[in-house]
Amino acid sequence: MTPLVALPVVVPLLSAALSLVAWRHRHVQRWIGLGALASVLVVSVALLVRADDNGVLVSQAGGWPAPIGISLVVDRFAAIMLVVAATTFLCVLVYAIGQPGTEQTAGAFHPLYLVLASGVSLAFVTGDLFNLFVAFEMTLSASYVLITLGGRSQQVRTGMTYVVISLVASMLFLTTVGLVYAATGTLNMADLAERIPLLPAGLQTTFAVLLLLVFGIKAGLFPLFFWLPDSYPTAPSPITALFAGLLTKVGVYAIIRTQTLLFPSDARPVGLLLALAGLTMVVGVLGAIAQGDVKRILSFHIISQVGYMVMGLAFFTVAGLAAAVLFIVHNVVVKSTLLLTGGLIEHVGGSSRLARVGGLQHRAPMLAVLFLLPALSIAGIPPLSGFVGKLALVESGFDVGQYTVVGVSLAVSLLTLFSMTKIWAGSFWGEPDEDPEHPPQPVGRLGGPPLMVLGTAVLVAAGVGIAVAAGPLYDLSVRAAADLVDPSAYVEAVFDR
Amino acid sequence: MSTLLAVVAGLLFASGTYLLLQRGLTRIIIGVGLVGHGANLVILLSGGLGGQPPFVGSGDPDDFADPLPQALILTAIVITFGITAFLLALAYRSWRQTRDDEVEDDIEDRFIARQGAVDEELGDEEAIERVVAGEEVAP
Repeated sequence: MTPLVALPVVVPLLSAALSLVAWRHRHVQRWIGLGALASVLVVSVALLVRADDNGVLVSQAGGWPAPIGISLVVDRFAAIMLVVAATTFLCVLVYAIGQPGTEQTAGAFHPLYLVLASGVSLAFVTGDLFNLFVAFEMTLSASYVLITLGGRSQQVRTGMTYVVISLVASMLFLTTVGLVYAATGTLNMADLAERIPLLPAGLQTTFAVLLLLVFGIKAGLFPLFFWLPDSYPTAPSPITALFAGLLTKVGVYAIIRTQTLLFPSDARPVGLLLALAGLTMVVGVLGAIAQGDVKRILSFHIISQVGYMVMGLAFFTVAGLAAAVLFIVHNVVVKSTLLLTGGLIEHVGGSSRLARVGGLQHRAPMLAVLFLLPALSIAGIPPLSGFVGKLALVESGFDVGQYTVVGVSLAVSLLTLFSMTKIWAGSFWGEPDEDPEHPPQPVGRLGGPPLMVLGTAVLVAAGVGIAVAAGPLYDLSVRAAADLVDPSAYVEAVFDR
Repeated sequence: MSTLLAVVAGLLFASGTYLLLQRGLTRIIIGVGLVGHGANLVILLSGGLGGQPPFVGSGDPDDFADPLPQALILTAIVITFGITAFLLALAYRSWRQTRDDEVEDDIEDRFIARQGAVDEELGDEEAIERVVAGEEVAP
């Protein structure tokens, strides 16, 4: 029993309530938000250290023993995700406070932001399938409002698509939960891990594919990604950055968790996963190349990179899963950073369309540095974090002899580099558009409002830190992956055997 | 009894899916409601046949109805209710702005697709020149 496990969920939720009370006092709301997320970060680091030393940490909600009560479980994978999520939430909040716009005008921003943080944490720590549904709904409900906050007609249009698609996924999830309960009589994941292997083989595969479908919509897997590049870019930039970095990865996390924990190796749709991974990478990057808007290019890249993670999962080896975990850590941080710089480009250049901005390297050299590092990282240029993640993925792919999908992933890397240079050439090189009616605003030495630059810079530093600490991080990922490949420790900890 | 309920759940899913595929957000909202009811019925059925009310000390636990699915359904209903309310607000907002609640296509996507068609007509070199010049190629 470790009450600490519940804190990453409870602290932001209670703070959200407090923040709601302080509706009209933006300064109070800011300190509540920053304080809550900073304490979540501290707790998450503590959980990671303890989970790495002592193994799986469990807390039974309400004191009901598993499988009657809801188990909250933190293993190494969950703890890693908690730390990465808390870091991202904190930096993006700093950026949001610094940005003129949504945060200043809407009193609902801070409470929603904290509910989102709570929902994401719950999705990572929950050990119950229905509770996972609740976690997704918490996250999604907050995200529905955040993505339409401001209510511009463009946001309303894309918000509709986003909400309806997510709702369909949720209903499908709910139905799957009902079917799983009918077949096994339990929803506790540790209990399911023991009971699902007793079901007929066809039923096991059906459940595996149904859950893959449900989480595939949330993760933006091919061919279920079409809603993503449409809806994400219209939200305020910090929100887009957060969704891009974290929300799709919550879906990926759920895919990895359920496929490794619940299903025995012969029921997993390995061929399907490999094919989907390859197609997701290719279609995502091709979509990105066609776009002419910074935020849309980056949104298509989210999809492309989800393919890499699923590829690591589809190998179902310790090396493959370790590479997937490492790649997720890298991607959450770097993807959020890129979209934050996208927001800065929009702020400084007045637009996120490549045709309308240009020559930013002269006006905001600092911004150019902040963009270039994560851009090269995401393309996999050594020695940055993307290179480390992709190297691990490629090596694990060679270990299991999956040369085709590994080859595809390398080709996609080249195309990623191409579209990053497209943003670079379009917005930083060239001559700025001289518009005599709207002379460009002076931007100062930093290249943007100080807090926006600070939030971005800390995340850039975190991305570089991943590359610097790649050795220990990879070892940690290997230990996390070993738990995923052999979930007996997870099951035993939940049942306190 | 449970066969009838299974058929009803199937009908709810079918008609809900039909409505979800419509363009008007109001119809989609009704569709979401129907699919949600279908999902709830599936969960209800997953608990097996009914029985005595499951109160502690009120009888033989073997005769009790399974209380868990009902708790799940209650949670699911609350969540669906909240999101339906939000969708209605969105539909109203859309109607205020455009006098319409139609769910539209990705405009930017359409634009890029048309641009591709224009490029083919112009021939590659001319299109490339225009893109390099930073022009947005109009349809």
